[in-house]
Amino acid sequence: MDFDPGVLNSEEKVIYGLRSLYEKFGYSQYRMSRFEEYDLYVRNKDFLISDNVITFTDTDGKLMALKPDVTLSIVRASRDEPDSPLKLYYDENVFRVSGRSRRFREITQTGLEYLGEIDDYVVSEVLQLACRSLRTISRNSILDISDLDIVRTAVEELGLKDDLTATILKYLGQKNVHEIENVCSSAGASESDIRRLTDLIRISGDPDKAISILKQGGYSGAAVKHLETLVSLLRQNGFYDMVRIDFSVVNDMNYYNGTVFKGYVAGIPSGILSGGRYDRLMKKMGKRAGAIGFAVYLDLLSQATSAKDDYDVDVLLLYDRSSSPEDISNAVRTLTESGLSVSAQKNADTRIRYRKRAVLKGSEAVFDDTVC
Amino acid sequence: MTQYVNIALPKGRLGEKVYSLFAEAGFECPSILEENRKLIFENPGRGVRYFWVKPSDVAVYVERGAADIGVCGKDILLESSPEVYELLDLKTGKCRMAVASRKDFREDHRRPLRVATKFVNIAQDYYSSIGREIDIIELNGSIEIAPILGLSDVIVDIVETGTTLRENDLVETEKIMDISARLISNKSSYEFKKEKIEQITNSVGLLVSNRK
Repeated sequence: MDFDPGVLNSEEKVIYGLRSLYEKFGYSQYRMSRFEEYDLYVRNKDFLISDNVITFTDTDGKLMALKPDVTLSIVRASRDEPDSPLKLYYDENVFRVSGRSRRFREITQTGLEYLGEIDDYVVSEVLQLACRSLRTISRNSILDISDLDIVRTAVEELGLKDDLTATILKYLGQKNVHEIENVCSSAGASESDIRRLTDLIRISGDPDKAISILKQGGYSGAAVKHLETLVSLLRQNGFYDMVRIDFSVVNDMNYYNGTVFKGYVAGIPSGILSGGRYDRLMKKMGKRAGAIGFAVYLDLLSQATSAKDDYDVDVLLLYDRSSSPEDISNAVRTLTESGLSVSAQKNADTRIRYRKRAVLKGSEAVFDDTVC
Repeated sequence: MTQYVNIALPKGRLGEKVYSLFAEAGFECPSILEENRKLIFENPGRGVRYFWVKPSDVAVYVERGAADIGVCGKDILLESSPEVYELLDLKTGKCRMAVASRKDFREDHRRPLRVATKFVNIAQDYYSSIGREIDIIELNGSIEIAPILGLSDVIVDIVETGTTLRENDLVETEKIMDISARLISNKSSYEFKKEKIEQITNSVGLLVSNRK
């Protein structure tokens, strides 16, 4: 098939690129039903980005929901076989409240999930695919990686009550050193423990540097070793430059554990990719396997500026009543075959933006020198 | 081409104070001090571009990436919870969010408390944290008049010196929280203009902590 990616808009182009990327690494597409029993979402409300769900009553009286999320459905539908991994990707429309509008929107979401036994290689493969996904969208992109086990250790050392932990995590996500200091010191945490946590916030950037700071700061053990392995695997695959260690990436600790990450693309104001390891969600839903995955929020692409081309067509070809349809058709064919886009019409329309204007003389297009 | 860091400042006294802090930290932009109606000012040498916006809009500009960083009051951040980084407490523009009522007001616990405020979310969060049922009345200005005319029992509002309250025969009954100006950053800009934003944060932060 003759395929011209130029006619796709950026969202379609990206979806096409992501699909072929995921297929290449052995992930297969997962299609799901548009509706799901509401029950599933109620039990795992905090896992959802927004807890508003569109519901309706099915003919048998069951309360159903228009799906606000894909991961939960995939987890529920998966068979519990840790030894045979399930590698899936999806490209679905989901319905949820988005942004400040407080209205439901239909959002295009693409993502990838790996359900099974998770080892260092699997995590690095998913991180690598996250990097590749970001590059498919733009060369100028960055992946922030954090490790919730490291964060958990630092927060637990403070010895605070559970309700304060949530507050601290919120501030961690805001890189809000001053509020963490306020909250922790008024709750009686020791200065050195607070310092250890705020040092984590200040680590953000170059992975090698971050790991050496972690080691100097007395963070050690499996989590740091794991991070080191991931970084070296990413380096080996040529992604080191776009990766940063940043502990302000905090997903809900009730569902996520270990590696979590967030991707940014220059020109788009919020994170376009988000993911992590969610063994805890699996356990909550009665599965023995671990899991890791991410979602790409392609609706954000429309927020990137100047997506539209400056011109509608390359050539505006004008003909008049005396022109024969054969001549027009020949001229259009000659132009399109030389790789130009053409709009043949009788009147010079002021709304159309073109690079060059040509007038049909006989069966030939004669260009003006007017360049608009 | 110079890569600019776009900085949204709140129009008014606080913004001017904050600008002089930034200038002292080495990110000056002399054209900003000229008397005119321009809204955008840049200094290519320092790579900064300032613009004045309505104080309550700063968070919107930053969250949506039109500004990379900005300065706004903690009250706005709490009221609208924008998705931004809060990098510094600038310890200026200090005031407090407080509850005030008429001097002779006695609370009736048998019915919901009528609360007039501009800060609906802050008021709701506060009263639900102490388990008090309220009837919220959203106003956009001259909040102090509400209890005087009997529109509400109390008001939740920003108190700086307390003069306005006193002149209207109101008294502050509870302090909800301290408020001050904060330096915020767009999350994506932070990644792509990291070095410059960290430079600004560190230099301004140093100044602020030395002033303490």
